[in-house]
Amino acid sequence: MATPAPPRWDRKMQQRLARGEEAALCELYDRFASLVHGLAYRVMGEEDAAGQITREVFGYIWENPDAYDPKEGNLRSWIATLTQRQAVHRLRRCEADRIRAGGERTSEQFERKVCEANTAARADFIKSSMPASIRDTLDQAYLHRRDYRQTAAELGLTEDEARRRLRLGLQMLSTAMQPGPSAGSGSASGSVSGQGSPR
Amino acid sequence: MTGSIGDGPLGGGPERNDGPPRPRVPWPRGAAEDGPPLPPPVRATAASLDHRTLKSLLGAWALSACSAEETAAVESHLTDCATCAEEAVRLRDAVGLLRSEDSLDLDPLLRARVLENCLGRRPARIPVPEWAGPYDAETARLDALLRDLGPGDWAAPVVLAWHRGTRRVSVADVIGHLTAVDGLICAALGEDSALGAEAPRDPTERTIEHWRRSGGRTGGEVREEWREQGHTLLRTVSFAGRSAGGLDVSYGDFKLPLRDAFVDRAFECWIHAGDIADAVAYPYGPPAPRHLKAMLNLTARLLPIALAGRRRAGLAASPARWVEAGTPGRSVHLELEGEGGGDWFIPLDSPAAVGSRDESVAQVALEATEFCQLAAGHREPEELAVGQAGDRQAIRDVLAATASLSRM
Repeated sequence: MATPAPPRWDRKMQQRLARGEEAALCELYDRFASLVHGLAYRVMGEEDAAGQITREVFGYIWENPDAYDPKEGNLRSWIATLTQRQAVHRLRRCEADRIRAGGERTSEQFERKVCEANTAARADFIKSSMPASIRDTLDQAYLHRRDYRQTAAELGLTEDEARRRLRLGLQMLSTAMQPGPSAGSGSASGSVSGQGSPR
Repeated sequence: MTGSIGDGPLGGGPERNDGPPRPRVPWPRGAAEDGPPLPPPVRATAASLDHRTLKSLLGAWALSACSAEETAAVESHLTDCATCAEEAVRLRDAVGLLRSEDSLDLDPLLRARVLENCLGRRPARIPVPEWAGPYDAETARLDALLRDLGPGDWAAPVVLAWHRGTRRVSVADVIGHLTAVDGLICAALGEDSALGAEAPRDPTERTIEHWRRSGGRTGGEVREEWREQGHTLLRTVSFAGRSAGGLDVSYGDFKLPLRDAFVDRAFECWIHAGDIADAVAYPYGPPAPRHLKAMLNLTARLLPIALAGRRRAGLAASPARWVEAGTPGRSVHLELEGEGGGDWFIPLDSPAAVGSRDESVAQVALEATEFCQLAAGHREPEELAVGQAGDRQAIRDVLAATASLSRM
């Protein structure tokens, strides 16, 4: 579910975290752990590293709830950005360690992973920012494996409209796959201390 | 506005040769116009579909969400139409991007590790009381299971079983049941529960009242209500602090202190999550060992009271002996195996007596999780694989009393 929380929820969550409410931390984890872990796993390709990144990202948020600026976007996309940065940071460190240990440079593969990390974070951002009507339609077809006719029936749409939304939703998502260096491999060198939303 | 993005310059799919494996889409062959009608189709299946319709199907096609005939028609069209072929590749790639978080089940142990790491870095100013920890963890685990359910799963039949009966309900009803009974804690804390203050306290009546009122709601709504109430409970009890643990929570004809009620509700949550998982064929493990231990401790403390009740009702097999309150009395040594297990000494003759290894008249050994299933009314005492030694009547009484703790 890439459903973003309402802005009020985001602000309230930030206040509760700042106040040091453990229950808020638990809720934050339950809402976003699969996002963080999923993005981290995509980049790292293994469970341990994804778990470690999940720990670091939530640790950072819990220690620095004020680093989130609601004016810059929703909490979800901020967390996705943190995760992507942290994953890329970790990836670079692993790569550096490997080369120092005499390993071969595999820059092509490495850059591809970085690029994928950026794409995945962007895709999540796009999905969480697209109109809910389109997101819901995609979820019916993708998550619940319904065909477009069942999707239309479930959501009370015409079949034309269901087809239109599925196509439009995928078109929106496909813009996350920007090829080329502008994908942000250069801007992702920091660890979880930066700010901003993925563009 | 359909197509305004797709027809734009960002395509480029076919030029890239890295990334995820390409779908088997025929390579574009020269340019094609949007306008003119297609030549008479070779396949009869595609006969009624024009370019416009085929194009509108591309999203559904990429998601494998059209009929077999439409799929064949689209794929045949892609060999003739470069514009559509290009878009098809791009949309197929986009489908891969939907998989941002649903591909993996999160390890429930990760949650504990992440939260522990956070609290080590910055201690909570308003902590969740320790005795509410099992409830927090078990509700989170069940919620993760519910998140994976499809709309059809919510109606899946579940058998609720307890020692005096069974009832066939739906997954949504089970969540309604948890919501209704969790609401008893809301009442004790002075919070509004989903059912309001006038609702019956008896868990069964309360559940039926909840089902009556919530007919026709979607699984998502039922889940949302349960989850929100659970969050409110944890939040409220955190602000109330440790000292609130002694408040009474009334269940109608009995009551439990708040700290025990939270463990009881965590236990019920796990048991019913197991019922749901069985119904939709999902694997579901036991609670974390320390949480399981808290549940076993509570059950062991409730057992002498249940034993006394059964004796008063003439249901006990072994005769009671007089024992002075606060002194060691005849006991059954309960040895529960597996993580979270341990040794418990259940006083037989009075809830006021102290369980004692020296005064043990019998020993019974079984898996801790099996013991929980017995306490939940999911097993009959006779069906359990138990190792036993000593007074068989005393053992039978303890196991029967354990089963009698279960309720709907």
